[in-house]
Amino acid sequence: MFYREAGQFKTSYKADQAIFTITQDKFFVGAFLIIAFGVVPFFIDDYWANAILIHVLVYALAGLGLNILTGYCGQVSLGTGGFMAVGAYASYKLTTSFPELNFIIVLLLSGGVTACVGMFFGLPSLRIKGFYLAVATLAAQFFLVWLFNKVGWFFNYSPTGMIVSPPREVFGFLITGPEASPAVRYLFCLSVVTVFALAAKNIVRGRIGRSWMAIRDMDIAAELIGIRPLEAKLSAFAVSSFYVGVAGALYFNVWLGTAEPTEAFDIFQSFFVLFIVIIGGLGSILGSFLGAAFMVLVPITLKTIMVDGMGFAVGAAKHVEVMLLGSLIIFFLIVEPHGLARLWQILKEKLRRWPFPY
Amino acid sequence: MTYERTIGDTILAVDQISLSFGGVKALSDISFSVREHEVFAIIGPNGAGKSSMLNCINGFYHPQEGTITFKGKTRRQVRPSEAARDGIARTFQNIALFSGMSTLDNIMTGRNTKMNKGLFWQAIRVGPAEKEEMAHRAVVEKVIDFLEIEAIRKTAVGTLPYGLQKRVELGRALAAEPDLLLLDEPMAGMNLEEKQDMCRFILDVNDEFGTTIVLIEHDMGVVMDISDRVVVLDYGKKLAEGTPDEVRTNQDVIDAYLGVSHGEDE
Ligand SMILES: Nc1ncnc2c1ncn2[C@@H]1O[C@H](COP(=O)(O)OP(=O)(O)OP(=O)(O)O)[C@@H](O)[C@H]1O
Ligand SMILES: [Mg+2]
Repeated sequence: MFYREAGQFKTSYKADQAIFTITQDKFFVGAFLIIAFGVVPFFIDDYWANAILIHVLVYALAGLGLNILTGYCGQVSLGTGGFMAVGAYASYKLTTSFPELNFIIVLLLSGGVTACVGMFFGLPSLRIKGFYLAVATLAAQFFLVWLFNKVGWFFNYSPTGMIVSPPREVFGFLITGPEASPAVRYLFCLSVVTVFALAAKNIVRGRIGRSWMAIRDMDIAAELIGIRPLEAKLSAFAVSSFYVGVAGALYFNVWLGTAEPTEAFDIFQSFFVLFIVIIGGLGSILGSFLGAAFMVLVPITLKTIMVDGMGFAVGAAKHVEVMLLGSLIIFFLIVEPHGLARLWQILKEKLRRWPFPY
Repeated sequence: MTYERTIGDTILAVDQISLSFGGVKALSDISFSVREHEVFAIIGPNGAGKSSMLNCINGFYHPQEGTITFKGKTRRQVRPSEAARDGIARTFQNIALFSGMSTLDNIMTGRNTKMNKGLFWQAIRVGPAEKEEMAHRAVVEKVIDFLEIEAIRKTAVGTLPYGLQKRVELGRALAAEPDLLLLDEPMAGMNLEEKQDMCRFILDVNDEFGTTIVLIEHDMGVVMDISDRVVVLDYGKKLAEGTPDEVRTNQDVIDAYLGVSHGEDE
């Protein structure tokens, strides 16, 4: 009834191409942002920050990165964990070598380093597709983790092989290290992710995004209308890896605080982010957020209900979780490749037509 | 058909092109030339090598022998993306649209090569990138108006009926404002009304924008109506070249193509 576009006419191409064309959408998103930025920080505690909010934000950013590559450009990658490690280690080396360097610059540079590494490992995509490309990126995953384990220079020769994020400030607020307050860390992540999500949305609806989607939908036709496959694929690898690298840097510095490559960045990270993208929706910015929230909240909810509420063993909840995620992934892959984002869209569509069936 | 057009100099010269796939000779020693602003038809039975010819022209196939001269530049092998940037656009025998994108986005991709704002500006969007986007959107809207597909602007192309998909594909090619437009059976599988629409669009494009058109078509009526000159291929060889009337009365053509045929006239 209230969710209508009736009476809202677009008078320019610009208005027609705005991100949210329906006033109610704008209102909804505005309210959401006001709550996220203005209300949540006052109530946040360590548990909420670490277990849920920062967790979701960091993975949403990694999901955005992988979605750019896989959802928009159609190139599969199983190297996300390895690329997150590149971002994390780049930020560690940068911030320990140049302690005075502003942490935002550190983040961006880490993303830049990861973009270069990603482009390098993206080179095979010019020759191979699908399954074979997945295997090639898998090799990147194992190689990178091995590298960060083996070469002492990367972890400053610390005897444990661990890297520890030193305390760093942004605009006078401490954002890393054990002393940093949950509200500040949350707000920092939220700001970074919001800016990056907006940038991603802008890129995918412009020239570069269209060239990615063209390559994804039919690479031969894309080439025949003048899109250079090399340029399109490598730019997708670069932008995607940039996002994943920044996510890795946030993951290590702001969320974990300490990291050790074999555990923090293993192949399960790659799969976790891939599941976020599949469940959230391939080729959807919103989907990356929905998928991340879903993947983070399902285990927590299951544990709360089954273990704390009904007295099951922790292992049982874990089994249910694996079965549930497994079947959902099969469901989404077969029935709804556009994931939760699409279901949300269908719901909105229904709402718009309500009370008429169609 | 009384169209006032001035046929210009040669824009495309195909010189002794030979192409084979393993043992199959798809094209042998084909030469012809197309003049500026002309509507040029390639006809011939199934498997004659018509599509292969177009594929050589825009760099999708690389002929083993011969050269192609386009706008004064001679080359044998060219990358398809570079041919497109040189001003050659085309549509396909089997529709090759980007199925996950809307009509508008599909046609906008036709303008990709004409846009140049980099990643940084794209990410920020407000400012130069948006200005560029709007300027090109305006051109695309003209194409949309021209093809009378306003109503399906935001529809995902995968859900459109066949005839409309063909039209969107033409739109994508037109959006590139090509000098040479290659159309591979633009009317195949269409009903009479759709065919008439398509004929009208092709002639209008040629007339209003002066675009040179090379088309493959099986419907002889259409070919005779709209083309200035025709080349006939059969089994990869050139049988004849000339005006529709000359070709129609050519005995070789009648034997091979219209008479005892080994292919089907669709
Ligand atoms: N990619 C390819 N690989 C192998 N053979 C090919 C290839 N493309 C075309 N051919 C062969 O070349 C010959 C000419 O094919 P082409 O598609 O050019 O014919 P056509 O005149 O367009 O026919 P139609 O009217 O059926 O579209 C055929 O014998 C075909 O089998
Ligand atoms: Mg053909």
